[in-house]
Amino acid sequence: MNRIDKKFIELRAKKRKAFIAYITAGDPNLTSTKRIALELEKSGVDILELGIPFSDPIADGPIIQAASHRALRGGVKLKKIFDMVIELRASTDMPIVFMTYYNPILRYGLDKFIISCRKCGVDGVIVPDLPFEEASDLIKCARLSGVATIFLASPTSTVKRIRHIVEDSRGFIYYVSLTGVTGTRSELPVDVISKIRAVKSATDKPVAVGFGVSNSEQASRIARVADGVIVGSAIVKLIGEDKGAMVKVPKLAKSLANAIHGV
Amino acid sequence: MLPDKKGYFGRFGGRFVPETLMSAIYELESSYRQAHESASFRKDLEHYLREYAGRPTGLYLAENLTSKMGGAKIYLKREDLLHTGAHKINNTIGQALLAIRMGKKRIIAETGAGQHGVATATVAALFGLDCEIFMGDEDIKRQAINVFKMKILGAKVTPVHSGSKTLKDAMNEAMRDWVANVGNTYYVIGSVAGPHPYPMIVRDFQSVIGKEARIQCKRNIGRLPDYIVACVGGGSNAMGIFHSFLKDKVSLIGVEAAGLGINTTHHAATLCKGSVGVLHGSKSYILQDDDGQIEIAHSISAGLDYPGVGPEHAYLKNSGRVNYVAVKDKEALEGFKLLSVTEGIIPALESSHAIYYAADLAKRLPRNKIVVVCLSGRGDKDIDIVRGVL
Repeated sequence: MNRIDKKFIELRAKKRKAFIAYITAGDPNLTSTKRIALELEKSGVDILELGIPFSDPIADGPIIQAASHRALRGGVKLKKIFDMVIELRASTDMPIVFMTYYNPILRYGLDKFIISCRKCGVDGVIVPDLPFEEASDLIKCARLSGVATIFLASPTSTVKRIRHIVEDSRGFIYYVSLTGVTGTRSELPVDVISKIRAVKSATDKPVAVGFGVSNSEQASRIARVADGVIVGSAIVKLIGEDKGAMVKVPKLAKSLANAIHGV
Repeated sequence: MLPDKKGYFGRFGGRFVPETLMSAIYELESSYRQAHESASFRKDLEHYLREYAGRPTGLYLAENLTSKMGGAKIYLKREDLLHTGAHKINNTIGQALLAIRMGKKRIIAETGAGQHGVATATVAALFGLDCEIFMGDEDIKRQAINVFKMKILGAKVTPVHSGSKTLKDAMNEAMRDWVANVGNTYYVIGSVAGPHPYPMIVRDFQSVIGKEARIQCKRNIGRLPDYIVACVGGGSNAMGIFHSFLKDKVSLIGVEAAGLGINTTHHAATLCKGSVGVLHGSKSYILQDDDGQIEIAHSISAGLDYPGVGPEHAYLKNSGRVNYVAVKDKEALEGFKLLSVTEGIIPALESSHAIYYAADLAKRLPRNKIVVVCLSGRGDKDIDIVRGVL
């Protein structure tokens, strides 16, 4: 069984919600990424979302754009990211999902990419610029290898689109809390809870919510209705600061984990 | 009829955008199809193209240039004479009318050379729409006059500091804004690029160039030309003039920017030197490295300085229907000077690429051949750049 499915079954048995943390691979280098990933796990993160940096990340706000830029400037390559995941797998069994735009996958080769995911221990992929209409090739490859395809649903998705999205998703469904790009927000949309309920009513698969979630209060509010909470920019912002990331990141992660797991 | 239902021209095109935009691009497609069928929409469009923008534009026999080259006759399709100084207005009038039909109060656009930005700011002023233009920092520096024009017209010009600080990054930022404001905002894409239905919509609005040119050729010359030459960045003026001639026995030539040379790392010759990938919502040829990261394009002309190209051009390249070539910065400058001194017409640096190629081609052809060049814009905006290098 896929590690993601196993994790959600485990969490459901404990009546717990999943804390999913995003970091950009290679920001500022792959050794740090590996260390931060393991720290995050120790701090209570259930699933790691690893971003593969892309030069033109249209779904990302300034914080993750800057992280991608730092990583690319540091010379990170997809091949090296796969190697790092292999090394990570020696120390952790935490589910790992990749978040990447479609072009790096296409360039690497769709089949080869999915096979590498399988071989290195990447459990799922999120591709924000690949709507289900364009995803049939990816789905075909991923099903053969057992790599989960995680599709995004958004506040602008129609009921009909949500039906497609939950049908094509494996692992979990990624609900985008707001109409906008990634980034920290002081307020989430007023109707976010009812929107999450609407997606949940369309499926038995887990629904995790991300974009904008940046503090414990927001995280616990979301965790009450969703199966998982995804936090990216708030963590990546700390990694981007000059000093103290190795102290500040675990501290933030622990408080978020408490908020999410305490629901 | 291409694109197909999924927005593909053969294997190129499609809709590679975040889920948040998917409902919006379906809405756009159905609104556009309704508008296309609507007699009142067409009437409005024709009215503004004729009375406001200045259509039809002339098909001018450049006699001095022709005799200087000593070969084929060179005709210029005078898009440079349009209001705002380039073909971009054909598309922005159409899309602004569409935005109004869809009830959108705010329009946004990306711009490279600033021509599309000015054309968008112009129609925003005309129709009373809020307008924000995204423009790379680098382009803001080299196209200062157009930045000022947009501001005079009441648009907000937002500088983009990310990446190469040029057209590609302006487009990223416009898409991010659209994702955030999709409810009230219409995104006016300026080229035949982006997700379906944009490549189709922009082509259709620009196809007025080729429709007129075809009629003018038959009426004024008595036959179709042997060659049509147009510059290609994203490819809107080229698509606009080529489209009506695709089924004819006419050689179509798209001229890309070779920058410092196509064998250097400083060019924007996406079709000549690029490879297949996905950028800004569609699958086409792009400039990218081995890891799928988008490479920075280079051209002396900001309007051609783009590492992607419209998907229909990718299709036309692969089918062999259109021949794509590339012209260097230096050669484009020669074309710029050549047209200025022989005909008294200062062309945009973008169009100068096509001028150079066409002049060189005409020289090698017999006198009974006919070459039509799409003179997509005038060169006023480029005076500062040219002053710096000539």
